[in-house]
Amino acid sequence: MSILVDRSTRVVVQGITGREGAFHAARCREYGTTVVGGVTPGKGGTTHDGFAVWNTVAEAVQAEGATCSLIFVPPAAAADAIMESAAAGVPLIICITEGIPVGDMVRAKHFLASTTSRLIGPNCPGAITPGQAKIGIMPGHIHRPGPVGVVSRSGTLTYEVVGQLTARSLGQSSCVGIGGDPVNGTSFVDVLRLFNEDPETAAIMLIGEIGGSAEEDAAAYVAAHVRKPVVAFICGQTAPPGRRMGHAGAIIAGGKGTAAEKMKALEAAGATLVRSPADMGATVAKVMGR
Amino acid sequence: MKVHEYQAKQLLREFGVPVPRGDVADTPARAREVATRLGGRVVVKAQVHAGGRGKAGGIKLADTPADAERAAGEILGMRLRTPQTPPEGILVRAVWVEEASAIDRELYLSITLDRTRSAHVVMGSRAGGMDIEEVAARTPEAILREWAHPALGLGDFQARRLAFGLGLAGDAFKQAVALLRSLFALYLARDCSLVEINPLVVTTDGRVLALDAKLNFDDNALFRHPAIAALRDVHEEDPLDVEASRYGLNYIKLDGDVGCMVNGAGLAMATMDIVKLAGGEPANFLDVGGGASPEQIENAFRILSSDARVKAVFINVFGGILRVDRLAEGVIAAVRTLGLTLPVVLRAEGTNVELGKKMLAESGLPLVMADDMGDGARKAVALARGERP
Repeated sequence: MSILVDRSTRVVVQGITGREGAFHAARCREYGTTVVGGVTPGKGGTTHDGFAVWNTVAEAVQAEGATCSLIFVPPAAAADAIMESAAAGVPLIICITEGIPVGDMVRAKHFLASTTSRLIGPNCPGAITPGQAKIGIMPGHIHRPGPVGVVSRSGTLTYEVVGQLTARSLGQSSCVGIGGDPVNGTSFVDVLRLFNEDPETAAIMLIGEIGGSAEEDAAAYVAAHVRKPVVAFICGQTAPPGRRMGHAGAIIAGGKGTAAEKMKALEAAGATLVRSPADMGATVAKVMGR
Repeated sequence: MKVHEYQAKQLLREFGVPVPRGDVADTPARAREVATRLGGRVVVKAQVHAGGRGKAGGIKLADTPADAERAAGEILGMRLRTPQTPPEGILVRAVWVEEASAIDRELYLSITLDRTRSAHVVMGSRAGGMDIEEVAARTPEAILREWAHPALGLGDFQARRLAFGLGLAGDAFKQAVALLRSLFALYLARDCSLVEINPLVVTTDGRVLALDAKLNFDDNALFRHPAIAALRDVHEEDPLDVEASRYGLNYIKLDGDVGCMVNGAGLAMATMDIVKLAGGEPANFLDVGGGASPEQIENAFRILSSDARVKAVFINVFGGILRVDRLAEGVIAAVRTLGLTLPVVLRAEGTNVELGKKMLAESGLPLVMADDMGDGARKAVALARGERP
């Protein structure tokens, strides 16, 4: 078991003829993910690096039964790419693109609500179930199959914790990056629910950051529903207020969204808080009695 | 991105939102000209990207054009210090001169994103002219909220509900409804991240006007608004931040002495945190991004090391999109071109890491390698203090 992605997932890559799209489609295929091909409007009927290319997502769904789209489309067109996948009935949409205008995401999220598709991201590393499927830009080789579920707003910080876990021979059930934007698809709560229900997940590592209230929502859910150990780290403890720390969503505004508030909420909910990012793996090992 | 009040008011005017008559001036003589043209009593307002200007002496009333010239002479060239500026203040380079309004009532309006609902929210309050965060903290029920439909926008019924809620009636009510419609149109059309009118006033002769205006724009949407992007005033930003943005780097200057170069915003924040936990102070936030080219890395290195406070550099990279070999190429080029002598601690993991480490080892540069980020932070903090790691 695992969550969201596994060896049966059939991936279509939107923006496959772009530099990053082509590079990562090949890395996903090397990992063992079933990448059925890609979409670049105007290049349908051609092949790129051995991948079939279609003009539309609907064609990829019809021809190959794609169940997941992985989006590398540039920011100006990315929200539209999300909606195209949702309109084509793709159940899982993973959007890697960073820098999508917030106004576009507000509309795309509204559109998604009228479909059955789930969006992960945007501005995220994607999702991976080690040993089964890697759908995103994370370095596959650092992961190992195992019992720890990882969910994070950050990309490279997720690799950091995975690296620490694997170094302690603690594998991962699945790792999901929900992205650093103020408007995103799948939330911490959605992923916590899936990990909580997944029998293969024995502990959950949550990585939050400053800005917004997604961590506070996660804390409320943990307190009410989660009976597995949860370890949490919040980055941005030293960030000054009012400055956007890279991610559009990472900003302390009006004294709200500080790391201290989030840590307090999660701690009160029963999560084990990690102060130093160097201690994430060790803390998970400790709560699991390893 | 932020703009000045005078730029915001010109945009409001363009969208049909009533603002007091006025114009911008960069010399006392021009301020006098504007005041003469306007006639009567005027207000001279310092144009800086910070609130709290009034209390800091950045806003003055003038009864005659000669007074306006004198007021502008006092404000222009001063370093305005408010709770929202850096401690050394911001140099005032322009003033906005506008007709003084006879105020009957002061109200508050703003539009921004409500992250919890993924929707734009219009907020109103009868407590205009005050710090709205204070109002929200003390009397949350005094803040009216209307969430715009993501596809349909702000309904007229919502604008009416807000205007009634603000206690308006008759002609002022009608003006406020029209103003709300125009304001929301501006917010959407120009991809604003914040529109704040504080105060929105009803004048003694019954006009509804935006007396002050604060507009912020979504940086990610500036590509489709070249006219807005052109309003950027780089004087209001830290020169190193400006330089970094030219190369697509996310850099924020801080006050410490350990320069940080990291890929990914989350890891960059975590690196600042761990430097602090190791007893040091980060000199900056710097996310070189996922697809950083060797040129970007070289520029990042140059910007980071041009901060005179930096005594050591900590490179912490976990490659995803970013390939460690490309990072190495950029670091080597930067150190050679700039002739850097700063101690550099490198911690790198990820794609093509072996190749990257080999390139750095063969470059002959005096790099201190770190096993993990805790080790890297300790070494960088020690080197910044002039100790051996």
